[in-house]
Amino acid sequence: MVRDITLGQYMPGRSLVHRMDARAKILLLLAIIVFIFVAVNYMSLMLITLASMLVVLITRISFRLYLKSMKVILLVIVFTGILNIFYGSGQVYWEWGVIRITEGGINNAIFVTIRIATLVLISSVLTFTTSPTDLTDGIERLLSPLKIFHVKVHELAMMMTIALRFIPVLLEETDKIMNAQKARGADMESGGIIKRVKALVPVLIPLFVSSFRRANDLAMAMECRCYNGGKGRTRMKVLHFSKADVIALVFFLVVFAGVILCNIYFPATVR
Amino acid sequence: MSVIKVKNISLTYGKGTSFCKTALDDVSFEIEQGEFLGIIGHTGSGKSTLVQLLNGLLRPDKGRILLNGRDIWEKPKQIRQVRFKVGMVFQYPEYQLFEETVRKDIAYGPKNMDLPPEEIEKKVEDAARFTGLRPELLDKSPFDLSGGEKRRAAIAGVIAMDPDVLILDEPAAGLDPLGRDALLSEIKNYHDTRRNTVLLVSHSMEDIARISDRILVMNKGKNVMLDSAKAVFSRGRELESMGLRVPQITRIMMLLREKGIPVDTGALTVEQGFSEVLGCLSQKHSAPVRP
Amino acid sequence: MKEFIKVKDLYFKYEEEDGQESDFALRGIDLTINKGEFVAVVGHNGSGKSTLAKHFNAIYLPTTGDVTVDGMNTKDDDRVFDIRKKVGLVLQNPDNQIVAGVVEEDVAFGCENLGVPPAEIRHRVDEALKAVDMYEYRQHSPDKLSGGQKQRVAIAGIIAMEPECIVLDEPTAMLDPRGRDEVMETITKLNRENGITIILITHYMEEAVLADRVVMVDQGRIFLDGTPREVFSRVELLKQHRLDVPQATELNYKLRGCGFDVPDSVLSEEECIEAIMKLIKG
Repeated sequence: MVRDITLGQYMPGRSLVHRMDARAKILLLLAIIVFIFVAVNYMSLMLITLASMLVVLITRISFRLYLKSMKVILLVIVFTGILNIFYGSGQVYWEWGVIRITEGGINNAIFVTIRIATLVLISSVLTFTTSPTDLTDGIERLLSPLKIFHVKVHELAMMMTIALRFIPVLLEETDKIMNAQKARGADMESGGIIKRVKALVPVLIPLFVSSFRRANDLAMAMECRCYNGGKGRTRMKVLHFSKADVIALVFFLVVFAGVILCNIYFPATVR
Repeated sequence: MSVIKVKNISLTYGKGTSFCKTALDDVSFEIEQGEFLGIIGHTGSGKSTLVQLLNGLLRPDKGRILLNGRDIWEKPKQIRQVRFKVGMVFQYPEYQLFEETVRKDIAYGPKNMDLPPEEIEKKVEDAARFTGLRPELLDKSPFDLSGGEKRRAAIAGVIAMDPDVLILDEPAAGLDPLGRDALLSEIKNYHDTRRNTVLLVSHSMEDIARISDRILVMNKGKNVMLDSAKAVFSRGRELESMGLRVPQITRIMMLLREKGIPVDTGALTVEQGFSEVLGCLSQKHSAPVRP
Repeated sequence: MKEFIKVKDLYFKYEEEDGQESDFALRGIDLTINKGEFVAVVGHNGSGKSTLAKHFNAIYLPTTGDVTVDGMNTKDDDRVFDIRKKVGLVLQNPDNQIVAGVVEEDVAFGCENLGVPPAEIRHRVDEALKAVDMYEYRQHSPDKLSGGQKQRVAIAGIIAMEPECIVLDEPTAMLDPRGRDEVMETITKLNRENGITIILITHYMEEAVLADRVVMVDQGRIFLDGTPREVFSRVELLKQHRLDVPQATELNYKLRGCGFDVPDSVLSEEECIEAIMKLIKG
């Protein structure tokens, strides 16, 4: 069922990671992602992966939930992993026609797999430990310098908040409409691509109609609660950097330095 | 003869995850051909899951559902045939309308059944008549209809498939008293004319009491009662312990009886309650029965 | 009692997109709502009751006539936010009026728009959530709540703005009986304990019985205005206007019609039973 997808859902808690400022989390996430790709040998990759795992442990969120979010893109991981086996050079282990499995290929595959997995893991940490509002608030603040170029930062952030709020609602609705049309004999599981696309029309039209109705209602509800854009707005949760952010920052600066040192002292396994 | 036989079905959602929830637990019962069955139970009692199992939108983990003596999952590829025979009207069905005209929308089900055009046309018109849709509405866009008319158009879309069993989940939700009464009497009329089996799921005991032959009571994933409306409502205290509310008139009768007034606690409508009270008043000097 | 909302000779017509003239949805409404009152506005679907509700906080503006809130005319552009601060509106569909993905953050939304200082918002949000008995769910996602709970969160979002009046437009129409009870309990408590003026739009007569005053609307006009007891004694008139009465009221009405000595109108099971017991014993 569509509604079983729980990608990036906020899990309330009081861990060190939960208490970090959303802006710090977003910036650190970006830096970690960069360093995942900076790492070019097993030593440095291990360092950044273990550091990420440590963060996961600190969040005190069941590892099963992380696995679940990983499951969604498992196919991508496996696919790119396998694909990479056949690229690369070095000692040839197995050969059949043009297909060759080489030492470099296997290394590539392992690297790509670990990199993507770590990336998903650490991104999940951000979405699991940061409430949607904090997240969009953080993005809004980080992007606020763009206001000089007349970018509507507040409006963008509000759109994100609403999108995050209504994605699950619309997924559930899709599920309901699909069931209703199936009950009228809609066949969505068989036939060629054109037939399948056509079978979606009875689902998409009601979905659009109901989205507009919801948007109308929501706009009215927001008006009732005196929404008037970003001007003069305050926030209940004020973002401020705290000890948790300093600890995280220092920790990852050490990790990043370690990655660079490992890259220098050990030979590169991948290009 | 029973049209649907439910044998020991169980269903658990989200098995193996932390969100695991048992929706139905070893449910068995039979529905007679041509009966009007009311299904009650509060939110989360499993009644919505149950009706979705009956037309093959969900598949049970355990147990079997027999439709006219045959397991509906005997040939999973042909489950659509089961859905044509067991028509399902969901809550707020007006949200499924999508065609350019009401006529086309009602015809969507029959079209999926690959019926010849003349037959589809006839079924559409019959269905529109049963739900009280005026013929001139058929060529309008469904989105231009009023709320009550949209509801009727959507119900007609299921009736047009001419199912053996028609299931309606809260068909009157959100309608005002008059709209509700009109819709329910149209459903009743459909049932009386076609002699089909109708299943009505509702929170409103008043509505269920008025039109059902028998009532199935669901509680915590189990079927706890299946009996005539009168017999079910005479067990008012038990229903209340399940978080269900009996009609106000039945409660009044219950409380009167607890005070020693010899009224029938199975009274379901104001008229019945009224005649019970009149009966007591006419013989008010006779000794009260023991409560 | 102090006058709070005053509706004077209100006519209202929806503007059609294609320039077509439509009928008046409201035709000559005169209504005064006092501070601290609990008023139920009843009427069938399409009677104009919801259209009227949206005039109380300047979502709709009168085509002719005036609506004033605490002396401010809703047509006065500069006072719109002052009016909405005083009069909150809760809509029918609980899903569509929750903005944020966490309960407490949604409740804070209105205060944030008003520019209330952060510490004060925190305090108000906690108090509002306690008032609707949803405090323990403050960190939850609204998607995981029941309809009644969502509706109570929506009410908390309005309470946090500290309004003097809450208008609820069929808040229970999409809820199951339990959710309906939860919402009605909350509304009654807010009126009795916090002194908030309540205007409840509904077609459930069991709910209207709980109000101090019932206003019956049909065809954009007011037909009845009085205490529940007065209004519910007019069973025939209510039925003519496509409305029901509670079964207890109807039973009593039938007995009275037969010449039995019962009160003019009863509102609850208890009153009905008392009346019948009196007949039988007396």
